This record gives sequence, C-alpha cells and structure tokens, in this order.
Amino acid sequence: METLFKIAWRGLWRNKRRTLITTTSVFLAVFLALFMRSIQIGSYELMIDSAVTEAGHLQVHDSGFWESKSINDSFIYSESLKNKIEGAENVKTVIPKLETFALGSYGEMTKGFMLQGIIPELEDLRKNISDKLVEGRFLNTNDDGIVLAEGLAKFFKIGVNDTIVLIGQGYQGISAVGIFPVVGIIKYPIPKLNNFITYMSLSKVQEVFAPYHPGLVSTIVIDLKSDKNLKTEAKEINSLLGSKYEVIPWTIMLAEVVQQIEGDNVGGLIMLAILYLIVTFGIFGTILMMTMERRKEFAVMVAVGMHRGKLAIVVCIETLMIGLMGVVSGILASLPLLQYLYRNPIPLKGEAAKMMLEFNIEPIMPFSLELFIFSNQGVTILILAFITALYPIIYVNRFKILKAMRS
Amino acid sequence: MGVIKISNLYKIYDESKIPVKAVNGIDLTICQGEFTAIVGPSGSGKTTFLNMVGGLDKPTKGEIKIDNIDIGDLPPRKLIDYRLNNIGFVFQAYNLIPVLTALENVAFIMQLQRKGKKERNKIARELLETVGIGDKLDRRPGDLSGGQQQRVSVARALASKPKFILADEPTANLDSKSTNELLDLMLKMNKELDTTFIFSTHDQRVMDKARRIITIDDGKVTSDVRKNGSK
Repeated sequence: METLFKIAWRGLWRNKRRTLITTTSVFLAVFLALFMRSIQIGSYELMIDSAVTEAGHLQVHDSGFWESKSINDSFIYSESLKNKIEGAENVKTVIPKLETFALGSYGEMTKGFMLQGIIPELEDLRKNISDKLVEGRFLNTNDDGIVLAEGLAKFFKIGVNDTIVLIGQGYQGISAVGIFPVVGIIKYPIPKLNNFITYMSLSKVQEVFAPYHPGLVSTIVIDLKSDKNLKTEAKEINSLLGSKYEVIPWTIMLAEVVQQIEGDNVGGLIMLAILYLIVTFGIFGTILMMTMERRKEFAVMVAVGMHRGKLAIVVCIETLMIGLMGVVSGILASLPLLQYLYRNPIPLKGEAAKMMLEFNIEPIMPFSLELFIFSNQGVTILILAFITALYPIIYVNRFKILKAMRS
Repeated sequence: MGVIKISNLYKIYDESKIPVKAVNGIDLTICQGEFTAIVGPSGSGKTTFLNMVGGLDKPTKGEIKIDNIDIGDLPPRKLIDYRLNNIGFVFQAYNLIPVLTALENVAFIMQLQRKGKKERNKIARELLETVGIGDKLDRRPGDLSGGQQQRVSVARALASKPKFILADEPTANLDSKSTNELLDLMLKMNKELDTTFIFSTHDQRVMDKARRIITIDDGKVTSDVRKNGSK
C-alpha cells in the first residue's frame, strides 16, 4: 500500500501547476460553500431561537384550543399536572400562562389586544422582556399592574402610573372587567407585536377572567433539554397527559418559520450543487488528462505483473487526494474567519434590518460553527471526487495492454 | 525446467478487409538457459510472437506451453500472476515507472510478489549493483541516461527471478558502448542465473552474441541456427 500511495502522490505532482489549479478550485469551492452555509445555518439558528423563545419547544393546551384560541378551551393547572409533564426525561422547564383577548380603554380611546397572564419572573428569564422596557418597571409575581407594548401606549396616549380599563369575556362567558395601573411600557421591534401585546401577572388575569376557577391556564410552555426529536417528545408528553390535552411543537405553531427556513435552505443547496458541479468537472478534467497521458505506463505496470485492481486503487487515491487537499485547506482557511464572524456577527442596516425586525429577529448576519457544516462539505467533495475516479477505475479495468503500450 | 513449447501458433488480424497473418504457424521449443535472438525484417511478426509468448496477446490459434502450462488457458488474473512470477520484460523504450527511483522500480516487482520491504530493498540494491548502477539507486528514470535506464530495466526484469526474460529490441535506443555493456551484462546473468533470454532484434551486435538465432519472415520461422557450443 505504501508504494501505491507513493506512486499516487508522486503522480499527482508530475504536473504541479495542473494539480495546484485543481486543488485550488476545490479549496475555493469548499471555502465559499462553508462561508455560505455558515451564514445560512447561523440565520436559521437565530430564527429558531427566536421562535422557540416566543413559543417554547412545546405547548400544552386543552384539546381544541389551538383551533379556537378561546379562553373557554382552557384547563386547570395543578401540581400533579406539572409533575406529570416533568416526568418526561427531556423536559427542562414548565411555565403556565393564560392568554386571552381584551378591549382596553383610556379616555376616548378603545382598542383590542392580546393579554398574556404570565409568571413574570419565569417569563422574563426566558424572553428577557425587562430588557425591552422603555419606561417604568416589569411585573412582580402578584402584581396588580399591567405592562403595555409601546405602540399601544402611544395609541392610548397613556403613560406609567396612568390606569387603563379592561373589558373582556372571561371563562365560560362571565364578564371580565377591571381597572389597572400601567407599571411599564416595553418596546417590541416588530410593529405587529408592538401594537398588540400586554402583560399582566397570571394570578391577576385568573382573578379577573376566571374568578371561580382558580389555577385556570390556556397554555403550558415547555422548554426541552434537547430539541432533536420534537414530535416524539410531544407524543410522549401527550401520552402522559391523556387525550384531554394537545401537545404541539413550535414547528407546527410557527409553521411559516419552518417553511421559510426550508425554502431558503433549498435555494442554498441549489447554489452549492452548481458550485460543486463546476468543481467536479474541474477534478474530472485533471483526472481524465492524468489517465490519458499515462496509458502506456499503466499498460507496462499490468504487463510486468500488477493487478488492475491495485492500479485502480492508485488512481482512486490520486483523485481522493486532490479532493482531500482542497477540503482540508478550505476548512483550515475558513475556520479562523468563521470563528471571528461567529463571535462578531455582522450588524445589518437599512431595509434588510427592517425586514428581519418584522420577523422578530435581531438584525444581524450570524454565523454558525456547527460541525455538520464542515463534515457535510468534506464528505460531499470526497464523494464527488470518488465519482470522478470512476472513469479511470473503469479505464484501468478494461484497457488493452498492447493498444495502450503503443499509445 | 523453463521449457517453452510453441505449437502451430497463429496470430491473424482481421480488422481490415484483408486478414493479416502476423504469425503464420510457428512451431518452436526454447529450453532453459538459452540466449536466443529472434531476427527478421520489420513487420515479420517478431514482436507479435514475443507478445504472445509473454502472455500480453492471445494467439488466434495454437498453443504456448511453458513447463506444460498452456498460458492461453489461464484466466486474466492468473495470467498476470504468471507473468509476474515467470516472465521478465525488457522493453525497447525501457518503460520504467517515472515517479519511482531506480531502487523503487526494481523493488516494486518484488512488492507485487509480496516480499518484505527489507528483503526486496536488499535484492534490488544487489541487482542494481550487479548491473553497474549501484551508485544511482535514488535517481528517477528521468535523471538516468538511456543505457542506465535499460540496465535498471534488466534489473527489474530479473527481480522476480523469472524463468525467462523477453526483450523486445532492447538495444534499439542505445549507443554502441551501452549496447555492448548491456549485452555483456545479459550474458553474465544468463550464465550465472541460468535465466533464459529471448530477444527480438535487428542489431547485428546482438546477433553476434546470441547462441541461437531464429529468423522469422512473414510470420513463419525461416531458419533456426544454433551456434557451436550452445545448449
């Protein structure tokens, strides 16, 4: 094997310039592919992080809530229910909340919005809501106040320490009415959220919207330790809770995010395929020339007693070496750059930033250093190199010794 | 052992409209230790004959038996092994592997025979010293003269300890001095190792040194002369 490697390696460097050009083309393809995929995967990770922060990995609802979004499809959150959910191995945190719609009124102004009854400390820990405060403070566990999104505050022309009247339909048709002091105003970058979201403590929302059903919640948000098998986890937790409940992964709740990632990913893969196709033809051209100019040499080797299989190994090693040199140099060159960009993502400005904000995503161009990005490029190039090696492998197994010797 | 028995050997090329009989019914026996020159004009069928004897080409008809084994019956993989272990080749254009050094070229054959690294390097070194280029072991073919390359080629042919060596016009690209040195070397190997040498040649100097001269014309043996004292 050592001599076969020697023949292959030295064979490659017979025409240094040609081998260097081919290796460089592989290097550039790997470098560009890694750069491109790192940005893409980094963006997807950011989008997924954002989606999971908003919705959690899984949500438990009363069966039918996802369709109706009605407070009537709520359920009682108890310690035993919590324990059942936490019984699933992969569950990290379990956070209940009561979501409903209400009309707010201040002075002459009235507007509908979403009211989220939350456990402030837990919710803040997950979503860093207090970082978005532009005025006042965030809620406490048994707070009587309300936090408004900035768009709503502007609409009502209301500020901290003013009071707002809420009117809504409570659980099982009761009237839910109350007057609440505004304790804080938060700013969401997404206009849709900024004009629509309000927060109150869970206990207060339960008191106003379901006074006769203590512990009523519409949603339990579940964060998992690992998000690799969301559907399996959802099924497992659903089987623990029974059919009265529905357990929905974020990929279904925010299907448009998944679709956007998938669509973009396909586009990226098509670009990669075009890039690799060009590189494959480059490698093939070199291998074809190397084969053709050594027909006589191959014939002599077989004539003196070398099996064609061993000769096929030599040409295979040559091709894989070209691929390997390009892959290794491409990875080594891109790694420091990607490492830097991973730590210092490029901030976006202008329209691109606006567009990202609309999706509730931080306006940066993030990079990913996931191992699979590197391994995928390496394996792809080596597979393509092996495919290009098929021609010389077929040739060395079929050529006629005397005809090749006369070439 | 090492007897080559050729019976009723034909090679007919029928690729064109008129079939060409390159070898047209040759019957011959070549014994162990002979130093034989196959001579004849260009196109007489010498190279075709040697190629068939070396198992590089299939006869259209007839058989070539080496120690009673009909090499025409051997399947391709066995034929390659047979060539490796029984036949040494010396080509007109040397045909060394250009990316290997002189030592590696000779050792390569023994590696194909699965000999250990130490053993094959020792034998290769000895062979190259015997052929007179022990001081150029690490040179690649491109750095050697024609005569030196042909010496490496002879060492390579001897490396597998073959029963016989086929040499197709081995002196055609050599000057007089290199030719004489190569012939003396091959004679020495023939005597010391009792290796059978079969040449195709136009070269009078080779004919002068050969102990048996077989003349082929139009694919047929027209004369077969043994010199005095030859086997």
